[in-house]
Amino acid sequence: MNLELQNVSKLYGEGSNEVQALSQVSLRVDTGSLVAVMGPSGSGKSTLLTIAGTLEEPTSGEVLLGGRAVSGLSHNDKARLRRRSIGYVFQDFNLLPGLTALENVSLPLELDGVSAGRARVAAVQAMEQLGVADRERHFPDQLSGGERQRVAIARAVVGERSLLLADEPSGALDSSNAEAVMRLVLAACRRGVAAVVVTHDAQLASWADRVVFLRDGRIVDQTTPPPSPESILSTTGQS
Amino acid sequence: MSVRHALLALLSEGPKYGLQLRQEFETRTGDVWPLNVGQVYTTLQRLERDGLVDAEGQEEDSQQKGYRITEQGEEELSAWLRTPPDLSSPPRDELVIKVLVAATLPGVNVHDVIQVHRRYLVELMQQWTHLKEDESQLDLGFVLVVDAELFRLDSVIRWLDAADGRFKRAAVDGQPMPRLPLPKPRRRMGAIT
Repeated sequence: MNLELQNVSKLYGEGSNEVQALSQVSLRVDTGSLVAVMGPSGSGKSTLLTIAGTLEEPTSGEVLLGGRAVSGLSHNDKARLRRRSIGYVFQDFNLLPGLTALENVSLPLELDGVSAGRARVAAVQAMEQLGVADRERHFPDQLSGGERQRVAIARAVVGERSLLLADEPSGALDSSNAEAVMRLVLAACRRGVAAVVVTHDAQLASWADRVVFLRDGRIVDQTTPPPSPESILSTTGQS
Repeated sequence: MSVRHALLALLSEGPKYGLQLRQEFETRTGDVWPLNVGQVYTTLQRLERDGLVDAEGQEEDSQQKGYRITEQGEEELSAWLRTPPDLSSPPRDELVIKVLVAATLPGVNVHDVIQVHRRYLVELMQQWTHLKEDESQLDLGFVLVVDAELFRLDSVIRWLDAADGRFKRAAVDGQPMPRLPLPKPRRRMGAIT
């Protein structure tokens, strides 16, 4: 599902306390592509993600999901869109502690009215893709950091989700687990999901098809699609 | 990596022929380092002269000769593996100079200059990362070379981020920007002995 932000601005507070979190941000993420948003803390990265995910409304501008303007949707329609089409991955995983890994993954489907049996099948499938199917009966506190993050990603991509939004998805993981997370996100994209990852980490961002730089709430720059990998090898060794 | 120590490393696995050494050198460096083939044979001759390898057989052609590492060669290899490379900072890092100069010049926005370099480095990192995208094709040696490059570029980006933050805070605090002439680079640190 394509995501498009058109001239999105977001103001918090009023008068002298007014803070401009985002200013005239326009961004398009096509189905199947991974876009990373890089910027220092306070640059508006997380605000951009919550607005793209319809969790917050922009002060001005428009968000289009699959070509449909979000501002025209009712509260219920937006909630349905979030449950059905959008997956979120947060830095601190946000798994529910009283539920098993499998229940955490199947929950969004059940909330959307899918039968428990069908939700379970879809959840197992997502967990298999992420290599954590053997942990389905474990509770979050019985999982390692890497496993928790895989379960969180399984929950974000379960069912027919078509937009994946991730906020510092590698959290406090070590570099090999962080790489595994990005491989999973990229694999989801190659299956037809559009994904946005916000991060301050250049190694994570370098997995993206395009990197957008955010500074003080504005998009100030972006990378051009990288040339073929071979070009870099032909220049190595000359330095 | 020097050809000299690469050859000693290959010979530490057991005796090998000249031709075999050349082929193994090429495959094991994963096509990342271009190799001057003639250098392999000249290096073998020098290693023999220095007593670090023994040549076997009477052939004149070093391709056909067999080579064996000597005890002295083993010691040389072991010492080389444990000698830290010179990672002390170069006296003048071009990027550091550019950013400092940008901060001193009127009419130049240092944040914009930093962003130009940041974007370039991230684009380079994207290229390196794409090389390891297909996991099924990955050779461990190759991944380690790619990782080393990614960590190196990442550290430069972190320095740019830190510089960006410092300039921003300095502007808020009304701290003066650096001025020309730039501070003299510190004396290059010698290797720790």
